[in-house]
Amino acid sequence: MSNLPLLSIVTFFPLLGAGAIMLLRGGDGAIAKNARWIALVTTAIELIVSLIIWASFDGHSAQFQLVEKHNWLGYGINYHMGVDGISMLFVVLTGGLMPFCIVASWESIETRVAEYMIAFLVLETMMMGVFTALDLFLFYLLFEGGLIPMFIIIGVWGGKRRVYASYKFFLYTLLGSVLMLLAILAMWQFAGTTDIDTIIHTVHFPVQMQFWLWLAFFASFAVKMPMWPVHTWLPDAHVEAPTAGSVILAGILLKMGGYGFLRFSLPMFASASVTFAPLVFVLSIVAIIYTSLVALAQEDMKKLIAYSSVAHMGFVTMGIFTLTHQGIEGGIFQMLSHGVVSGALFLCVGVVYDRMHTREIAAYGGLVARMPMYAACFMVFTLANVGLPGTGGFVGEFLTILGAFLYNSWIAIFSATGVILSAAYALYLYRRVIFGKLVKPSLQAIQDLSLREFAMLAPLVILTILMGVYPKPVFDITSASVANLIQQHSAAIAYDGAPPKLASAAHGGVR
Amino acid sequence: MNELGLILPEIILGVGALVMLLIGAAQGNKSADLLAILAVLLIAASAYFSMVAGDGTAFHGAFIMDSFARFTKAVILWSSVACVLLARHFFILEKDQRFELPILIVLATLGMSMMVSADNFIALYVSLELQSLALYVLAAFKRDSIRSTEAGLKYFVLGSLSSGMMLYGISLIYGFSGTLDFTAVAATIKASGLSVGMIFGLVFLLAGLAFKISAVPFHMWTPDVYEGAPTPITAFLATASKVASFALVLRAVVVPFSGAVHQYQQIVIFLSVLSMALGAFAAIGQTNIKRLMSYSSIGHMGYALLGLAAGTQLGLRGVLFYLAFYSLTNLGVFACVQAMRRDGKSVENISDLSGIARTRPALAFAFMTMMLSLSGLPPLAGILAKAFVFVAAIEAHLYLLAAFGVLTSVVAAYYYLRIVKVMYFDEPGQPLDSGMGWSVGTIATVATLFSVFFVINTGRLLDYAGGAAQALLK
Repeated sequence: MSNLPLLSIVTFFPLLGAGAIMLLRGGDGAIAKNARWIALVTTAIELIVSLIIWASFDGHSAQFQLVEKHNWLGYGINYHMGVDGISMLFVVLTGGLMPFCIVASWESIETRVAEYMIAFLVLETMMMGVFTALDLFLFYLLFEGGLIPMFIIIGVWGGKRRVYASYKFFLYTLLGSVLMLLAILAMWQFAGTTDIDTIIHTVHFPVQMQFWLWLAFFASFAVKMPMWPVHTWLPDAHVEAPTAGSVILAGILLKMGGYGFLRFSLPMFASASVTFAPLVFVLSIVAIIYTSLVALAQEDMKKLIAYSSVAHMGFVTMGIFTLTHQGIEGGIFQMLSHGVVSGALFLCVGVVYDRMHTREIAAYGGLVARMPMYAACFMVFTLANVGLPGTGGFVGEFLTILGAFLYNSWIAIFSATGVILSAAYALYLYRRVIFGKLVKPSLQAIQDLSLREFAMLAPLVILTILMGVYPKPVFDITSASVANLIQQHSAAIAYDGAPPKLASAAHGGVR
Repeated sequence: MNELGLILPEIILGVGALVMLLIGAAQGNKSADLLAILAVLLIAASAYFSMVAGDGTAFHGAFIMDSFARFTKAVILWSSVACVLLARHFFILEKDQRFELPILIVLATLGMSMMVSADNFIALYVSLELQSLALYVLAAFKRDSIRSTEAGLKYFVLGSLSSGMMLYGISLIYGFSGTLDFTAVAATIKASGLSVGMIFGLVFLLAGLAFKISAVPFHMWTPDVYEGAPTPITAFLATASKVASFALVLRAVVVPFSGAVHQYQQIVIFLSVLSMALGAFAAIGQTNIKRLMSYSSIGHMGYALLGLAAGTQLGLRGVLFYLAFYSLTNLGVFACVQAMRRDGKSVENISDLSGIARTRPALAFAFMTMMLSLSGLPPLAGILAKAFVFVAAIEAHLYLLAAFGVLTSVVAAYYYLRIVKVMYFDEPGQPLDSGMGWSVGTIATVATLFSVFFVINTGRLLDYAGGAAQALLK
């Protein structure tokens, strides 16, 4: 088993599925049916493979594991794959969410089903690759490669303003990423290699250069995350994307930014990370408070959840840049739990959208009378979104705020207001949609969850609660790697000497 | 005898063109098919003999064969073969097959083949004119079409102007250095420094050459000629001719002015910045696909110039790699454009592509792949080409230029995406004619496969480009 190139399999297997769908022939109905099944089987196998990866992962080691390395382009660019405690769980998250996406699209996508499934499977390859790549160039190719299928998913199967939203998504992300490309090329030029492992352990960039590299990477990850003020593409993309597209967007694509900070910014640009940390804190706190307030005023369910995502990602960036063990582990946990919870919330919106074809909050009310099971599931996810103890949302928020306290109590105080605000908008949404009297005539005949929908939401309910009451399996995996990351970071700081403060960064000298 | 081996590829093309002319004169237009096959064979033979020829110079240093010439000849010749095939198919459908066409393409190819081997200014000028004269006629080849003849005339008048400027520059260089040889000019600059007259000569030379590669501000002819010329001829202008002219720029600037890197760098940066910006912004409003591609090619020349601006081996390697990518992808794009026909007539508006993802999925996929590859989106081939140019700019500390380049590529991504949007998001309009013919299909398929799979292994292309760059700088 250990000889199998598991990471290459988990990354490129979906392409096989996509190829199989491409070869389908026959009537439109038959193609659609077969395409759905092929996609479901492919993603299910992916889930199993990702669980095998989890099982064969040694949580005590902070080293990269399941490493594969082959010659690729030459000139220091290799095909290098591997996972450590930071990236491994994202592979599992990706593998875990994809089958839900396929199931969620089972009935709601009726046109051009084969293309839809192909786009999703290609996207899965790109996402898996982002988390397993250990070569900067490979990482960049896959990181950017995900834009094309997502652009098509939003643009073809999206809502009314799909063209606008898909362009906005694409161009915002691309604009950030091309700067990262330049930074990667500069690093390649400086180090003679693009191997992430080698660069982390042996290459020290001059402090002045670190600042520019950090900013270039920040441009890309901040857009992807998204951080205030470059978050405006997210609500549009979420609102227009089909349900499964929103799930992937919120569940996985947003996590790439946070993952990037952990993989690149912290270990490679240690001094710059310390210097720019206050900037990140300010942006994070603005995101937490401001976007929570914006969420409070939304009329569209998906938009509300989208803004709440921005706020939750604010906790992640804040936690990561406290550079404390608690903060970073909290950030990772928050990303994982938010991946599950926000994905589940979008699925919940999708359930009622499929019935009523509207996401207006005002169009609903009193659903509990006709849809008790739905109300129960939605309740769990809403409370997890609030961060109620006992749900997955609590652990991450608690740890990131704890990390912030260790760094600076003012940051913690401001960010904690976000918890209150999130309770306000989430419960307000829940009250307007689920409670009240069922008076609207259009809702009189609405059906509760079908078996397919129940099978889709029930595992996520269990997972959400499990992550809240027993988070240990996650920390078993991440703990050693995070400790190693912090240690690497402080070693790099010591190498660079005392990091200059932001004010003097402009003329900070070269080592 | 040794020198004959070096120029055998050109002899094959030259003698072959004359033989073809005789056949054509005797048999008339019904020999057009035969001549097309002959043209393909001749170019293939020429390509074979240029690959096996050793290094050396002929005609007292006027003609040089080195790995740079071999690399660029390979790119030019494959583009020429593809264009002969595209043109044959195009004019059969237009019911306007004439025997002059393959002959003119072979003559133009002969000119290009000599251009990349030119090692003094006279050889440069003669070969460039041979190429250009054949191209002027080709651009106006649909003589019943007003647009086509207008394109030919415009190209001719503006081309002559640029030739004049270039000649003026060459005469200044000759006057101030006393020699026409590239290496001798370099030696003069090294020995006695760069005089003001030489700088003027350099400026005029570059202005003339910039016209040929349609770098801004000498690009005015490009959109009109691209739009007016028959599609396969546009493909020929966009690929083989651009590559040959760019190779000429490389050799005529890098070799004689190796002692004036700083001076030519300024001019090249200027051309590069303007080309990238105009290519990105002016294409946004276009409705004709060929016009759009002309602005796209202006932009791409800007990116390639970025590598020349670096002036290093890394930079030249990047340029050559870029040209190879650019020519192959553009061939594919024009093959797709040629496949756009409705009711037996070729259509060229972007709106004619609307919704073809549903009616012509293969064509739409090929088109999309190449558009995204041109815009430099990973994991398609274009990102590698861009990366190797940008890394050279970074190495040469041209940080702002590189940043400007990537930012314009985001703007450019917008109009490439627009094609994807029209094909995939919009509702299908009137359907296009089905089928595209084996030659067009093959070229489009090869280009698509190249775009998709090139990233898995660049093979030896990068090494060859590196070797070619080294040959120029030694």
